[in-house]
Amino acid sequence: MATTTVPAPVSERLTRIWETAPGLFGALASVDHKTIGKRYLVTSIVFLILGGAEAAALRVQLARPDTSLMTPEAYNQIFSMHGITMIFWYAAPVLSGFSNYMWPLMLGARDMACPRANALSYWTFLMSGVFLYTSALVGQMPDKGWFAYAPLTETAYSPGLNMDFYAIALTFLSVSTTVGAINFVVTLFKTRAPGMSVNRLPIFVWGTLTTSFSVIAAAPALTAACVLLYLDRRFGAHFYDAAFGGSALLWQHLFWSFGHPWVYIVVLPAMGIVSDLMPTFCRRPLVGYAFVALATVSTGMLGFGVWVHHMFATGLPATASSFFSAASMVITIPSAIAVFSWIATMWHGRPVFKTPMLFAAGFIILFVIGGVSGVATAANAYDLQLTDTYFIVAHLHYVLIGINVFAVMAGFYYWLPKITGKMLNEKLGKVNFWLMFIGFGVGFFPMHTLGLLGMPRRIYTYAAGLGWEWQNMWVTIGAFVFALGVAVFIANFFWSLRSGDDAGPNPWDAPTLEWATPSPPPPYNFARVPIVGSRHPLWEGRTSERTGQSLLDTGPILDEGRDTFGTTPLDAEPDEILRMPEDTMWPFFLSLSILVVSYGLLFDRLWLGAIGIGALFVCIAGWFWPRGVVRSPAGA
Amino acid sequence: MAVSSNPYSLPVNPARQSNPGWWVMVLVIATEAMLFAYLLFAYYYLASMSGNGFPAGGAPRLTLVVPNTVILLASSGSMYWGERGIRRGDQRRLRLGMLVTLILGAVFLTIQGIEYSRKSFGLSTNAYGSLFFTITGFHGAHVFVGLLMNAVVQVWAWRGWFTRERHLAVTNVAMYWHFVDIVWLAVFFSLYITPRLS
Repeated sequence: MATTTVPAPVSERLTRIWETAPGLFGALASVDHKTIGKRYLVTSIVFLILGGAEAAALRVQLARPDTSLMTPEAYNQIFSMHGITMIFWYAAPVLSGFSNYMWPLMLGARDMACPRANALSYWTFLMSGVFLYTSALVGQMPDKGWFAYAPLTETAYSPGLNMDFYAIALTFLSVSTTVGAINFVVTLFKTRAPGMSVNRLPIFVWGTLTTSFSVIAAAPALTAACVLLYLDRRFGAHFYDAAFGGSALLWQHLFWSFGHPWVYIVVLPAMGIVSDLMPTFCRRPLVGYAFVALATVSTGMLGFGVWVHHMFATGLPATASSFFSAASMVITIPSAIAVFSWIATMWHGRPVFKTPMLFAAGFIILFVIGGVSGVATAANAYDLQLTDTYFIVAHLHYVLIGINVFAVMAGFYYWLPKITGKMLNEKLGKVNFWLMFIGFGVGFFPMHTLGLLGMPRRIYTYAAGLGWEWQNMWVTIGAFVFALGVAVFIANFFWSLRSGDDAGPNPWDAPTLEWATPSPPPPYNFARVPIVGSRHPLWEGRTSERTGQSLLDTGPILDEGRDTFGTTPLDAEPDEILRMPEDTMWPFFLSLSILVVSYGLLFDRLWLGAIGIGALFVCIAGWFWPRGVVRSPAGA
Repeated sequence: MAVSSNPYSLPVNPARQSNPGWWVMVLVIATEAMLFAYLLFAYYYLASMSGNGFPAGGAPRLTLVVPNTVILLASSGSMYWGERGIRRGDQRRLRLGMLVTLILGAVFLTIQGIEYSRKSFGLSTNAYGSLFFTITGFHGAHVFVGLLMNAVVQVWAWRGWFTRERHLAVTNVAMYWHFVDIVWLAVFFSLYITPRLS
């Protein structure tokens, strides 16, 4: 499938219209979804490396008994930062990176619906992370774990700035996730190519759409929890203080009301990546497309009804526990639908085990193991034995690394050729996969048995003679093998930039729209707006599916401005032209002013906060100030 | 498909409902509504954990809050009246409606401030005080943001930048304002009425 060609003057005009200006202004003002997507990906990988370095430090400390490499206080800070970094600043943002880059390409649009909000979402993500890591500079990193249970987080037990960093940074980050989620939903409602109806969306789009709704509904729970914590700590409120009528469990309810939906927020788009590359590498359409799409949405919804399974050990009434235990079990149904769909796709296809497919296959294995240990922990009686042991650590790493990191690696090997225009090295890719897969098994499987042997999580060391020694050594060795795999990936990335083969538009002979553009895509994505007629526009006529006919070479050009079609939410019928905003610095300055407010709150400096709030208001007014308004005739 | 013949026969950036900006406001309201839902959850949760007699000093007095509720609801009415005006191209009705809304909103905040000053407890007295001031404070902050939005958009209205066809900013500010009022009803019912129902 060749990419669409248009006469040179047309493509030059489109480039002029859509290109970001060079230099510092362009760097800070760009609203191009591809630039923002790349920034999201690189930044979240930097956070992955930071979180990985923290994990490495933890594993060196735990490799042998009675080690005193770090103090208990340092250990608390480092394990907390490891979890916070990975869960909040890596796992979701990396998927936002893929979504930002891929959505308009997959949907046949020229940008996201709200390009400036997109830039805002990136800058707030970056700056909240910078804010969080300034805690390292003052040596007061959050130290009460990533879920920060009250009352340990109250001033009496945590007098430093540590938990203030936590509360403010997470509130700041939820600005980023919320803005991003709103943008995805509006993009889906408004800016799909004509004909890209809901039954033709890639599963990855279904995944991100579901999680965007989850963010809109769940992120405020974390914001509320963190604001109440801040009020407790700084203004003497008593939300989590039982002595004055508060309740430590209030934190757990609020946090897990957010936290469990978040689990699906960091896995559903990743499952979507696998569902979408499966057809490419099995050379056939996904088996049970509609079921997988519905399973994605229903998992997201069920995710709101299971938060109490994190709280079985808190002494809730048995009826409540049983209810939430049953609800948690129900989630196995949509998960199993997805798994069987992938297996059936492989079974009925002709799998080609290139690196992306290897990672996808590894992902399925880890998904099943993590799912089974999830069923174990959803069972109330069993969970009471397992809670706060290494079994839980094993389970959550199988889920988060298995379902997130392996799918992300598959996504990188699949889509980096599109993003950079260069193929990654296939041999290094296989080394990369096997190092990570074996390292993961060696590193994390023994955690199950360590947990069953009674090793509690979050201990900074343990005595010799408890029977935990050799397994802990295995875990540490496995973790380092896994880290080596990540290093090979990074080396492969830089190798591809220097010496990789040119990818061409569609190196995998994949079926979806993002592969109808050159690699890397031009600033305007599609010279001619595609008119979509089927779920696999690039495979039409080659499968036994009876499909409509897409028009990729004869669609309209739209070159009177930064224009893309506005389409109806369900059937994607075009009903307007959306003229997209130019590059602008307001999102950058707006994020900067939130950063200033955050430091004002952290250091209790009213003047700093006031400057930040004032700047915030100026930025918002400037952002929305009408430009080029059509003034009505006087007196009208 | 017809679009390929002459795409520019479609309207460019029509300022109507279903515009991206309109959807953004709908979703912002959705996520803010969830924020209040979680805050009210905190209220009911701590109330249910407290045993009998929540709040300890009895239900808060209605003297100021009932008229204040009426004032806030009236401000929604004036906002609606003004927005209906610009839908017919009536600039004066828009300006007047928004101005009255701004004044009523400011009066609401002032009376709220008076009620705060008459309370015998504070944010740090006990969990109930924390809940009362945090929830009403969050709502008050939303009213304040609504007033800022009103003020800016009103400047545009007085400059005559809105027409019968193009007034999406007014629609969005109005939606936000009605939302803030509906949230107030939920807050009012939870904090002032439910303690009288037990």
